[in-house]
Amino acid sequence: MSYPALTLGAAPATLIVSGPWTTAQSASLERLVATSPSIDAQRRNVVIDISGVEHLDTMGAWLLERLMRGYQLQELKPTFVGVPERFRGLLEKIHDVNRRSPIEHVEKNRLTAALETVGHAAVDLYIDFRFFLTMLGAIGVSLAAAVLRPRSLRATSAIYHLYRVGWQAIPIVALITFLIGGIIAQQGIFHFRKFGADAYVVDMVGILVLREIGVLIVSIMVAGRSGSAYTAELGSMKMREEIDALRTMGLDPVEVLILPRIIALVFALPILTFIGSMAALYGGGLVAWIYGGMGAEIFIARLREAVSLTHFEVGIIKAPFMALVIGAVACSEGLRVKGSAESLGLQTTASVVKSIFLVIVLDGLFAVFFASIGM
Amino acid sequence: MLVSAQSLAISVENLTVGFGEKTVLDRLSLDVRRGEVLGLVGMSGGGKSVLLRTIIGLIPKREGRITIMGTDTDYAETATMHNIGGHCGVLFQQGALFSSLTVQQNVQFPMRENLEISDTLLDELATAKLEMVGLSPADGKKFPAELSGGMTKRAALARALALDPEIVFLDEPTSGLDPISASDFDTLISTLQQTLGLTVFMVTHDLDSLHTVCDRVAALADGKIVEVGPIVQLINSQHLWVRSYFHNNRAESRSATGN
Repeated sequence: MSYPALTLGAAPATLIVSGPWTTAQSASLERLVATSPSIDAQRRNVVIDISGVEHLDTMGAWLLERLMRGYQLQELKPTFVGVPERFRGLLEKIHDVNRRSPIEHVEKNRLTAALETVGHAAVDLYIDFRFFLTMLGAIGVSLAAAVLRPRSLRATSAIYHLYRVGWQAIPIVALITFLIGGIIAQQGIFHFRKFGADAYVVDMVGILVLREIGVLIVSIMVAGRSGSAYTAELGSMKMREEIDALRTMGLDPVEVLILPRIIALVFALPILTFIGSMAALYGGGLVAWIYGGMGAEIFIARLREAVSLTHFEVGIIKAPFMALVIGAVACSEGLRVKGSAESLGLQTTASVVKSIFLVIVLDGLFAVFFASIGM
Repeated sequence: MLVSAQSLAISVENLTVGFGEKTVLDRLSLDVRRGEVLGLVGMSGGGKSVLLRTIIGLIPKREGRITIMGTDTDYAETATMHNIGGHCGVLFQQGALFSSLTVQQNVQFPMRENLEISDTLLDELATAKLEMVGLSPADGKKFPAELSGGMTKRAALARALALDPEIVFLDEPTSGLDPISASDFDTLISTLQQTLGLTVFMVTHDLDSLHTVCDRVAALADGKIVEVGPIVQLINSQHLWVRSYFHNNRAESRSATGN
């Protein structure tokens, strides 16, 4: 096997190029060209003899061209001699490339760049918010139309989605809330016991679960489980132009795709919240019995004293609103997916992050609201 | 015609490929000579893409022998297989550009992974390849999602050519392109094939490509190559399916308009 070489010839200002000038030799070729012999600037003409080149591909041809341009920059006139016929076309082709000046990067001021980022973030936030409001509005309009013409409602689709986001979610929701209820009870008993107040753990578990934790945990889980699925489904439909196809058939994607999903979610979330809260209370009761030594009948009796229907109402009233926020965010993010697979992933992440954030913000607003009306 | 093993780029012997109960390719044999453009035609769902994917090693075969550049793919060591990877460039039907990388990064990717060269040279080579397929350096900064159909094919071809392969596989290179872009792409394939001395294996449905670019055409029917030779030979073939392929209304109107 021969090696590529670039050497000074016997005659002055003559270079001899030989060997295989191919991709397989790329690393040594680059070194050869980078360390090409310097030619006395007095001589105008440089002769590059490439008759000894055995193989040549784009990589080798470009490096030869680069060698030539390097000498041209030194005000020399290089020429190839002994060009084998089979390489002529390639060399001519390569002679024309990389002629345009590369696109220059404009170096930005750090401060202005930082300010620009903040500005962009603010604008993005505004755009996000507008998308969300637009989606809420579109859902409202579509819902009004469905109320006026109940036959336009896609009941089958809604029930199918109810099955997916409601029924199929029950096991995991029940399991997680059961565990959380148990954990809260365990922590309560452990710390309350220090000042002999372990009986109050029932109040804590009851109120916390029914008012806040039940609906929050379930909403966050639904956002992660069903919200992301909505975004991914709508996003891939957007990518494959299915949504455009619907529009051209005179159908409204909000009515056909989004409204049934939102309705399913609005129905499913209160049910899941109820199931989740019960599972959490059950978990709390079980821990109180096994870990705290509190009998079931005492737990139930204390629970009856501690919680009222109001606590339960406060929790469950929030659920449909949470569902609406999750659904609207998931669907609007889904419709914002662009052509690439990467954008689908990006919007799905955004959907989950935003809906969880909004769920928690909404929960805070509800807390203020219920406190002010004395519930 | 007797062709010595040395001058064969790809040699497929008695290849059988199937999925489950179904046999897609049935003891198929086909030779691709060095430096030629071979077009492969066949029914939709008839196994053209399966043949291509089996040759490049994406689909396992049941029986038979595939030899690429004189190396039997079954007995090749991993290192040689890697080398075969360097021999072959593939242009997938949808381009299969990595959507998270820019066009330029897509072209650089195989080089960056396989070669030890400086970033400057990588940039220069990427621009060179892009210009060779008719894209501008500005296009290199774009993401695949921002490209038109024709540009996607060109960018994907540039990536297929990144490692200066000896064999290029093209899976329906002109499908989804308008006639002007398709004919430009045909010209591009011919020029590159001539300047770089490539062997091209092309699956296509485009009669114009078959006429203008291909040296030989192979027809795949019922899991076998039923006819292989210059396009004229296929047009005059007696095989039923090949006849109907080249003598249907569209093919006839094409020859009537004087091509």
